[in-house]
Amino acid sequence: MRLKKYCASPPVLLFHPIGRLELITGPTWIVSRIIVHSMRLKSSHLAFLAVAALVVSACSVPTDEGAIHDPYESFNRVSHTFNKGADRVLVRPLSQAYGATVPNPVRRSLSNVAAHLDEPKSVANHVLQGDVESAAHSFLRFLVNSTAGVVGLFDPAAGGFGLERRQTGFGDTLAAWGAREGAYLELPFAGPSTERDFVGLIVDVATNPVSHISSDVAILNTASTLPAALNVRYEFSDTVDSVLHDSADSYAQLRLSYIQNRKFKLNQQDPDDAGHDHFEDLYDEIYEELYDEF
Amino acid sequence: MKSSTTNSDPTRRTLLFAGACGAVALRVAPAHALSDDEARSLIDAVVNDIHRVINSGMPIQAALKEFENIFVNYADVQAIARSALGPPARTASPRQLRAFTDAFSGYISRKYGKRFREFKGGVIQVTESRKRSRVHEVRAIARLKGREPLAMSFVVSDRSGKTLFIDILIEGISLLKSERVEIGALLDRQGGDVDRLVAALNGTG
Repeated sequence: MRLKKYCASPPVLLFHPIGRLELITGPTWIVSRIIVHSMRLKSSHLAFLAVAALVVSACSVPTDEGAIHDPYESFNRVSHTFNKGADRVLVRPLSQAYGATVPNPVRRSLSNVAAHLDEPKSVANHVLQGDVESAAHSFLRFLVNSTAGVVGLFDPAAGGFGLERRQTGFGDTLAAWGAREGAYLELPFAGPSTERDFVGLIVDVATNPVSHISSDVAILNTASTLPAALNVRYEFSDTVDSVLHDSADSYAQLRLSYIQNRKFKLNQQDPDDAGHDHFEDLYDEIYEELYDEF
Repeated sequence: MKSSTTNSDPTRRTLLFAGACGAVALRVAPAHALSDDEARSLIDAVVNDIHRVINSGMPIQAALKEFENIFVNYADVQAIARSALGPPARTASPRQLRAFTDAFSGYISRKYGKRFREFKGGVIQVTESRKRSRVHEVRAIARLKGREPLAMSFVVSDRSGKTLFIDILIEGISLLKSERVEIGALLDRQGGDVDRLVAALNGTG
């Protein structure tokens, strides 16, 4: 089916500090990040995981074109209920306190640091995807923000240099390599994902290049995601609340938003690829049906 | 429109005939196909109105009313409401459908109007317009203060006889699809009863 190559949905979103709408996530990619980080996977394990990703994704094949492939729905819904509760009692109140007490420029800088430490991972994955231009772009961005940006506290690269962030991760790489999206998953703590993106998430966390610089940097990297994540939760509070707490079926809303947003991101990343067009993937018969039969 | 094969009442026949002519006229009317520029100018107008409201500093209740006006003027509310309601739209009575459409438009304006407040001080910039199958997609970028820009797409169609938008996508997430899921879930909660759904929608903040 057409979606084969483009229908990813990585975890990067959630994970990603500066992620936006997509960070309509369950609470705590942070916790999962710490867990995975402490596992300190070795490269042999990673190779295994990469292969496993391809195999796993290949196993779970959507039967109904256009519909979201969700064979684990009952598990996912339990996990969703948990995530929602954790958001209500923990993440949301923390983010409100963070937003109310820490001034915006400080919050932005802390978020910038998290984004900055994530940059080498993007460079590596752009390379793996064969996108040399984006790899160079992200590499330059990393250099500029390391120096002029005072170790990532500021983001002059995006401002004066026109080097906007082009975040990517191993979930995207798997998609670029042709791995299928697989089934939809809602992970406890980490929120919405897919089989492919889940593998991407584990590989991303375990291999993040900056974590190998020193254990201090590794700790900083993990620690920096907390304020960054709280900041997104705070800045997009209305949107997240609306999806998570004001929807009639928040599970279905979150699933739909995640899958659509992932497709959009993946297609956006590869605009030169002919016949690879985000609208084509998102476009379906609903616009046709709108005027039929009436 | 209801049709009856055994009906010989002249008035109804006339009506049927008039209806058929009307339908034909509607089909024929868009002989001039919607151009990229026409689709774009609709969205330029929408964006201008949105800017006017979000930067006016008017109280929230007034702003929400304005959003409802924008929605009613520029969107094909009937088609969107029908699609959101799904299959029950085919079996609902015309009165129910009208009541639902009204309730839906108020609900949509309140729900998304509140979110547009996040756009305060921001700018939506229309970037391109292109034909997609039977609809047009007009892309825009929303630049909000201190945030990364958001990609927006407006889906525009003239199949109703007027040039109107039928969907808004933000970062790939379709308002129409979200509302189909949401309204479907709300309808289930009301035991599939459209009248109760209307009452519930009117009660939402």
